[in-house]
This record gives sequence, structure tokens and C-alpha cells, in this order.
Amino acid sequence: MELMDKLTILTDSAKYDAACTSSGLDRRARAGGLGSTMAAGCCHSFSADGRCITLLKVLMSNCCVYDCQYCVNRRSNDLPRATFTPRELCELTIGFYRRNYIEGLFLSSAVVRDPNYTTERMVETLSLLRKDYGFAGYIHAKAIPGADPLLTRRLGTLADRLSVNIELPSQRSLSLLAPDKHKEDIFTPMAQIRDGIQISRQEIARYRHAPSFAPAGQSTQMIIGATPESDRQILTLSQKLYQKYRLKRVFYSAYMPVSDSKLLPAPRDFQPPLLREHRLYQADWLLRFYHFRAEELLDEKQPNFNPLVDPKCAWALAHMDYFPVDAQTADYEQLLRVPGIGVTSARRILTARRWGTLTFAVLKSLGVVLKRAQYFLTCGGKMLEGLRVSPDGVLRSGGPGAAYAGPARPGAAFPL
Amino acid sequence: MPWTQVAYRYDGSFGGFLTCVYESYVHREAPACFLTQEEGRFSLWPERPVDTSPVHARRVYRSLHEKMGREGRSLITQGFLTCLPERELHLWRLIQLGYEQGPKVAQLLTDARVLTVRKAVQQLQSEAHQFKGFVRFSDQDGLLIGEISPKNRVLPLLRPHFCARYAGAPLVLYDRTHGEALFTRSGGHWTITPVDDFHISAPGQEERDFRALWRRFYDTVAIQGRENPRCRMTHMPKRFWGDMTEFQREENDAPSLPRGRKETS
Repeated sequence: MELMDKLTILTDSAKYDAACTSSGLDRRARAGGLGSTMAAGCCHSFSADGRCITLLKVLMSNCCVYDCQYCVNRRSNDLPRATFTPRELCELTIGFYRRNYIEGLFLSSAVVRDPNYTTERMVETLSLLRKDYGFAGYIHAKAIPGADPLLTRRLGTLADRLSVNIELPSQRSLSLLAPDKHKEDIFTPMAQIRDGIQISRQEIARYRHAPSFAPAGQSTQMIIGATPESDRQILTLSQKLYQKYRLKRVFYSAYMPVSDSKLLPAPRDFQPPLLREHRLYQADWLLRFYHFRAEELLDEKQPNFNPLVDPKCAWALAHMDYFPVDAQTADYEQLLRVPGIGVTSARRILTARRWGTLTFAVLKSLGVVLKRAQYFLTCGGKMLEGLRVSPDGVLRSGGPGAAYAGPARPGAAFPL
Repeated sequence: MPWTQVAYRYDGSFGGFLTCVYESYVHREAPACFLTQEEGRFSLWPERPVDTSPVHARRVYRSLHEKMGREGRSLITQGFLTCLPERELHLWRLIQLGYEQGPKVAQLLTDARVLTVRKAVQQLQSEAHQFKGFVRFSDQDGLLIGEISPKNRVLPLLRPHFCARYAGAPLVLYDRTHGEALFTRSGGHWTITPVDDFHISAPGQEERDFRALWRRFYDTVAIQGRENPRCRMTHMPKRFWGDMTEFQREENDAPSLPRGRKETS
């Protein structure tokens, strides 16, 4: 089979994986080697669906022995199958990397024969790439659930980031749709990777040349909209993953209809819940950078996000007693809670007010989105002049959701 | 006594600009505008030609660090690379403020003089970051060649990144807008010089193959049901597309797979 055909088939099979980041690690190339990594990450292109392309995202093989209903590569699906040889994949990665098409390799695989055999093949490829080709760029590898811990350990010493997909947000959905996978298979390697990372950090602090294990951390992904979990369940799960397993990222992937299975939404008039995915990412940012907790954003009475306003704005509207916040005196955490103020503008406010007095005009020039923030802010005790507050007006201005031009209709985004 | 206003005509280099700053303080003159020797612009202010003096320039450069701190100086050096209209005038005002206020000048975000330069520098930095990803190189017998058309002069900011990425392997990156190019070779040697005529010869077979493979990857990785052209243009504005392999088509290219049809193996 031609390399072009293999690339087509194995890219097609890998594209539903949402994770495509190259961040979390700074490294320079060794003399005679090739490649570096940037802590900020680097997007090399954006595909027609607007998602960033930073890594060569392919499967090692799509010949899967499992039959997960939500997956294109399930063994019952009639699909062209292909497998890369380690050398083909290395040549492809180096060729793309030299031309600055990509920042590194995202290597995943369908389960060929059994998890151990699959992981062995991945280890073989990565060690060829690292040792023989001297590649020092970014490598994201998928740990295969059920593989031997020693093999996963080998994988982690070669890759920069590891991920184990939890796939579906609850045990019930998992056993319904992925009968070959078990909860333990997923959380055992996740815990192993977490501990490995921690031990490796300590060792490196003590011995400079100790081998690093997944230095850019681990991530996971779950499919949204294929099963009936609420946003609250999903977000609580993410929060637990961040706290308990110290994940760098949780990715959410709106379910794309790839199967006729009776257990899944019918593909005919199914709209992928893109707006819901967007809201989950917004809430995820609130957890990681804005000092919010999942319980604050959603509760039993309101288990799903409002499609009309973003989660932060929705929280602010439900907690008007917290406002107004004074830009001149509020601390960093308080500022972060104001809709229209982000991490960057909050930091700028702190810097600017050390030396001067803030006015609304200054706030605007610092990057605060006044259209939203004006209802929640005062400057030196004064509201913006001429401002009239009505709940309706706040809603209208705070409706950045209206500005999100995703293809999903708000109603269709909630198939629950 | 108010400072007299004049127009400076200098050679357009950073050293020349620093010499202008020196002259303005020696003669107590406030520049009304800066003109370069190439441009045919004239002003109604009395004009004073300034010859670049490395000694004076170095003296001003050192004073920037002493008076304005590291952050303040990098605002000036990077500000000079931006495409801010009348950038010399804005920088001169910032230097004047910095000499008065000291190292805190970079943090005076409530001052319009600081904010203007900071915004321009931010744009420069974000454009440089975008180009770190969007530059496309062609491999011509081991030499990597690329072309870009940036708004700001990003080459000095891209240099450390590409030196680290390729471990100093030979590389040429041409900036069409400003007519200069970055050259690096092994051993960490590099230079950025003006280039009059830049021409890339036709790609070899291996290069064409890799381009075709990349285009195929690019087309395949997009999920049809999520197509979102507006989102793509937000992240990657169209002005970058011209130089990117994935948007170019070569004549003897095999047609890309029609969307939605799977190739049989």
C-alpha cells in the first residue's frame, strides 16, 4: 500500500481525538539533533473545522479488536484498514517537522491483537524516533488501557505527554457502549502515570540527568452528547480528575454520528452538540484559571449550562449580591469573577493601579470588555456614567453565546 | 525654556535613531517628526540631518538600561521593530518619560505614551508567535528556505526559536515586506541582512512528495460535520495563507480525495 493511502486512512481514523496541544514543556535541540518544544505550545495550522493542527495526529494502526459503539474504528465497522511500520512513521514525522508543518507527533493506536502488543509497537516507533533520528520535538502518546505497567512506563520515558481516554463520563455508559473496556483499565494507568510523573520530578530535582517521565503531564478526553449525562456530572468528573489525578487538560469532544447502533442517538437528524462542548470548555477554563469550583457553576436545580450566556456570566447574574466590585481596590480573585475581565486584564489592572488611578476609559484600553463588565464594576466607587441597569440589558450584553457562530442551534445542542 | 521643534532626517537604522535621541538632548530639541534618507517625505519644520554615530548610540543604549530598566529598554528595542505609524516619535516620547520616571515606566499602563508602545509591541510579539507556526520551509538539498510577508519586522524575534529548533542547521528565511533575510548555519552563526533579489528554484521530487502528503493530511484531518470557516479565519487570518503549503496546489498534483469518499486499500 502507498504511504499516501496509509496516511489518509490512519489520519481519518485519528481525527476524532480532540487533543492536539504541544504545550507544557521547554526544551532546546541538542547539537546534531532536531527539534525543540515551547512551553506555550505552537499552532502550525488550523483545519477547515477551525481546530488547531500542531501535531501529526495519526494512528499507528486502525485494525482494532474492540467493538466500542461510538468509535469509527470498531471491528464491526466496514472500513479500509492500514498499519504504519515504525520507519515509515519516523520518516514522515521528520520530513514534516523539518518543513515546519508540525510541532511533533501524536501517536495513538487501535488495539491490535492485545494492549501489550500494541504498546510494544508504539514503544518501538518512539524509541527509533528519539534514538536513531535524534528527534527532540514534542511527542504525545496514548497509553493503551490494559497494557502492562512496565510498558506504559517505557512509553512515558519516550513521550512528553501521555493520555488515557476515559471516553464516556460514567461507568454505566462505558459498560453499555464499550463492553471491552472497564473503569479499572482506565483509572489504573492514570494513577500510575500520575505517580510516575511525581517520582520523576523528585528524581530530576536530585539528579540532573535522571530520565524524565511524561514531563508535560497527562491529559484525557471524553465524548459529549452520546450518553445522557448532565453538564453537572461531566464538570464534577473533570474537577475530580484535575484534583485527584493532577491532569493537565480534560478534552471534551462533541459526539459525531459515526454509527447506526440503537444505543446511540440516531445519525439522521442528530446535530453534534457543539455549543454544549463550547460551554464545557468555558467552564473548564473557569476551574483551571479562575478559581471557580464545579459546585458553584451548576447544582441539582440547574444541572446544565444556559445556552444563551456563558458560565461565568450566568454565575454573576445569579450572584448579584457579590457585585459591584471596585476595580481600584478589589483583589485578584475578586477581579477574575467579573464577566469581561480575564486573567490578562486582571493582571494588567493590578499593575496599572500601583502607579495611577483607573477610569473606565483606562480599563477599556487595558483590554477589559466593558460591554459586559460595566454592569459589575465601579471605579473609585463610581459606576459608569449614564449606565442603566436592567436584568434584560445585562443578559443581552452578556450574551457572548449569541456571538458564537457555531453550526448548532441552541435547542439542538441539548438533546437530553 | 521650551524645546525647539525640528525634523530629524536619519538613515533608518536603530543606531541612527539612538543618535537622534542623543542629538535631541544635546541641542534641547524636540523632534516633530522623523524622516529617513530614502523616503522623499518633507516637513514644514526646520530639518536637521543626523549622521549615525556608534559611540553616541551606544551611550544612549546603555542609558536606556540604567534609567528605564530591562523591561523599559526592551520596549524601546522591540518597539523599533513594529509597524506603528510614526514609531520613532512614540518611542522618543517614551524615552523622555522613562528618563523622568525611571524603571517603573514600563508599568505605567495608565499613561497613553506607554500604552501605545506596549500595544504595538504586543502585536509584534503575537505576530512573531504566529509565524513560528505558520512559516513553511522547502528542503533544497539540505538547505531550508522559507518566505514570509509580515507586517512587523519579526525576523529578530524568530531567530532564537528557529536556531533552537534546527540546532543551527542551515536555513534562510526571507521577509518580503522589509526586504531582509535571516541566514543561519551550523555552529550557531547567524545574520539578518537586506536582500535585493530573492528567488527560490523549483522543488525536487522528494519535496513535492512531502508537500502532497501534507496537503492530504491537512484535508483529511478536518471533521466535515464541524466545518467552521469563520473560526479558522479568526485563528489563522487569510493574509498568512498565500505562503502556506496546504493552500497551494501544484500542477502535476494528484487530485485530493473527494470529501466523504473513502479510498479502498
